[in-house]
Amino acid sequence: MRGPLLSACGVTKRFGGRIACRDVSFDLWPGEVLGIVGESGSGKTTLLNCLAGRLAPDGGSVTYETLSAGIVDVHHLSEARRRLLARTEWGFVNQDARDGLRMGVSAGANIGERLMAVGARHYGEIRREAIDWMTRVEIDADRLDDRPTTYSGGMRQRLQIARNLVSKPRLVFMDEPTGGLDVSVQARILDLLRGLVEGLHLSAVLVTHDLGVARLLTHRLMVMQGGMVVEQGLTDQVLDDPQHAYTQMLVASILPV
Amino acid sequence: MPDTDIQGSAYNYAYLDEQTKRMIRRAILKAVAVPGYQVPFGGREMPLPYGWGTGGIQVTAAIIGRDDTLKVIDQGADDTTNAVSIRRFFARVADVATTTRTEEATIIQTRHRVPETPLRDGQILVFQVPIPEPLRMLEPRETETRTLHALSEYGVMQVSLYESIARHGRIAKTYNYPVMVNGRYIMSPSPIPKFDNPKLDRSPALQLYGAGREKRIYAVPPHTPVKSLDFDDHPFEIETWTESCALCGSKESFLDEMIVDDAGKRLFVCSDTDYCESRR
Repeated sequence: MRGPLLSACGVTKRFGGRIACRDVSFDLWPGEVLGIVGESGSGKTTLLNCLAGRLAPDGGSVTYETLSAGIVDVHHLSEARRRLLARTEWGFVNQDARDGLRMGVSAGANIGERLMAVGARHYGEIRREAIDWMTRVEIDADRLDDRPTTYSGGMRQRLQIARNLVSKPRLVFMDEPTGGLDVSVQARILDLLRGLVEGLHLSAVLVTHDLGVARLLTHRLMVMQGGMVVEQGLTDQVLDDPQHAYTQMLVASILPV
Repeated sequence: MPDTDIQGSAYNYAYLDEQTKRMIRRAILKAVAVPGYQVPFGGREMPLPYGWGTGGIQVTAAIIGRDDTLKVIDQGADDTTNAVSIRRFFARVADVATTTRTEEATIIQTRHRVPETPLRDGQILVFQVPIPEPLRMLEPRETETRTLHALSEYGVMQVSLYESIARHGRIAKTYNYPVMVNGRYIMSPSPIPKFDNPKLDRSPALQLYGAGREKRIYAVPPHTPVKSLDFDDHPFEIETWTESCALCGSKESFLDEMIVDDAGKRLFVCSDTDYCESRR
């Protein structure tokens, strides 16, 4: 039996006197999708950034089992190793696609960047790979040489997903991947993500405030309030039988259609 | 020891004071020790505007001595305003012999070209550099470009070449073509045509690059590998011309296109005037 892919142990992050997340511990197993839900300001994104090595936590540790070098402490790696990890074994999907894409270069270059960063030097092959990924995320291949500025919001988000998955990561961090998109586009992206996560056996940490998204995509759920994890468990369990008062309130506040 | 023994001049030898020269020499030594790495230095006000070669002139001032013979070229020509002024400047403040012959020079300060005549051991080529950071147009933050250099993270440079092929069908960059120095640092070769890039590779001459406005010095020591970036299926190529030089008939040199009358008659001539004259 293999150990967990990512482990957080007592992760704490303060901004001055304000505690953004306090003593968060969990294990993420290979192939598992973990959801982090909670209202705005509950520390979800800060926690995600700590997990992905983008922010150094003030306390606790994050360990990750790499393909080649065994278990490493993400925050004790050299910056070079951490950045290499982030662009090979990991992916990061931002809420705003503009933060995750190079808006000044074509979609093909965006998808090819990670390949070129690890040494791909054959234009034709990079392009083939880019076309393949365009198709997989359901963007017309003839938009390959267009800049993401000419793309719609949903297409940009799909392009961002392709750009991250091209290096065949094992773990993807997603920060509100469907935030700010209209409902039908959201549904298509969720569908796409679900297919990709299953097809590629990805593990993922997904931050969202949308319980519907959590229900569709995640296996396990952590509910955060004021920087603390107030409840965690299997997604269906948490949503169908919430134990903590805050979770009950959260579930009750879903608008019935 | 200050060297102020210039007849009728209030300036120190070679214009800069000795402490400044010392500082620049230290930067040069560091640059030579780490080929392609941009070393910051305390750039001084020079008696010419930024963009006219303040970086190159400071490097030359720091390394020049009375035994040197100086050649200055601008776009390959010895007789353009910039070249003539800088040559006269050093003849006056450093009391050195000047020449237009590439073989005779020990220091060649250049803007936008590398001489056609192959350089030899002991010669120093000083480049004037406007933008020393090859990643600048791709990554505007200095802190980030320094990190990218430090970690050798050069995917973004390749992205720009990819983009060029995607848009133009080939790598359309023709000057300031990025190079990899000694397999470690990506370097801007200053705005020389890519035609000159192969001349930088394993050149027996020392190459020093000075950027006055950006206050950076970098170097390529003699016999250092310099590779122009490319793709396996879109290899690096230099410019070619169907014409030959109208004056000397050269088919091998870099040619400038000139419009010679109001009817739009065109003429191709060598950009390197010394090379052209020596062949006539």
